[in-house]
Amino acid sequence: MIAALTLLLVFQLIGEIIARALSLPVPGPVIGMALLFLALMIRGGPGEDLRQTAGTLLQHLSLLFVPAGTGIVLYGDRLAAEWLPLVVALVASTALAIVVTAIVLRALTRGRTSSSGAPQ
Amino acid sequence: MTPRLDEIWVYLSATPLLGLTLTLLAYQAAFRIYQRAGFHPLANPVLLAVGLLAGVLLLTGTPYQTYFDGAQFVHFLLGPATVALAIPLYAQWPRLKAMAAPLALALVAGSLTAALSAWGIGALLGASRESLMSLAPKSVTTPIAMAVAERLGGLPSLTAVLVISTGIIGAVGARYLYRWLGIDDPAVRGFAIGLASHGIGTARAFQISEQSGAFAALAMGLNGLVTALSLPWIMPLVERLLDR
Repeated sequence: MIAALTLLLVFQLIGEIIARALSLPVPGPVIGMALLFLALMIRGGPGEDLRQTAGTLLQHLSLLFVPAGTGIVLYGDRLAAEWLPLVVALVASTALAIVVTAIVLRALTRGRTSSSGAPQ
Repeated sequence: MTPRLDEIWVYLSATPLLGLTLTLLAYQAAFRIYQRAGFHPLANPVLLAVGLLAGVLLLTGTPYQTYFDGAQFVHFLLGPATVALAIPLYAQWPRLKAMAAPLALALVAGSLTAALSAWGIGALLGASRESLMSLAPKSVTTPIAMAVAERLGGLPSLTAVLVISTGIIGAVGARYLYRWLGIDDPAVRGFAIGLASHGIGTARAFQISEQSGAFAALAMGLNGLVTALSLPWIMPLVERLLDR
């Protein structure tokens, strides 16, 4: 577990260094994720230790959102002033994103058999 | 005994211990409620934990910064957790390759729709620039959305709140949209909900079917990558074109 955690941190660190050195607009951890993905492709998959540690970390992913989410206490005034555009934008744009993605994907895969085996 | 209590409070509010412990306690309480509610999307554990903690902070008059001094140890793990998303992404690679072209086009269409419609609707209704830049990355997983919002000039902690809300909206609403559109392919259903509603949508998709869940996880990872790579260039361009 310590080895896997170290590996994840090393990839994050390399990602952060690359993002800063090249002043990329992409967050360091995302570059770290892409690099780790490439490393896994080359190496042929994660070891058991890495798989387990990543599994544990991602299983409790929602816990990691809590401290940032609690930052809502800082935005009482903003939410009171802007709740309408924020709520409408969230609901409408989430629905639109689901509809557009589903329609495009269905149109492009229609006539092919899906991986469940049923013709669409 | 009041003076002693005061002394204890002075000590506690000055160490990271309280913020960290409160975060873990609130999350475990919230998760237990989520379990009791049969994993109903409205009983989302992040939402409940944030509600509990926000209530405690407001009632005790504790500044967010004091709380975050302790909670940052949990927050820090978002970095390595983002890197760890490479592992499920790798596990889905064979499926991804088999449907590569349709998935790529749906990904680009959905990703742009998610960001630009949120920005456009918010702008039409008069949201501030900071709010708009916090809204734009709302469909991707929190660590990526927060980092992108920060790059765009949004407010990362506001983004976290918007991202979590987006996840809950998608998880609750998707099934009605699919019924309306007549979409029953689990791959399509999963991919769309994962793209629009990241981890919360993915968790929902896994409850419907294994295949839906796998495609949702794939869409979540890919949309995170596409959004992180594209929004920092697209949003300034959109602003310049519309002269905002």
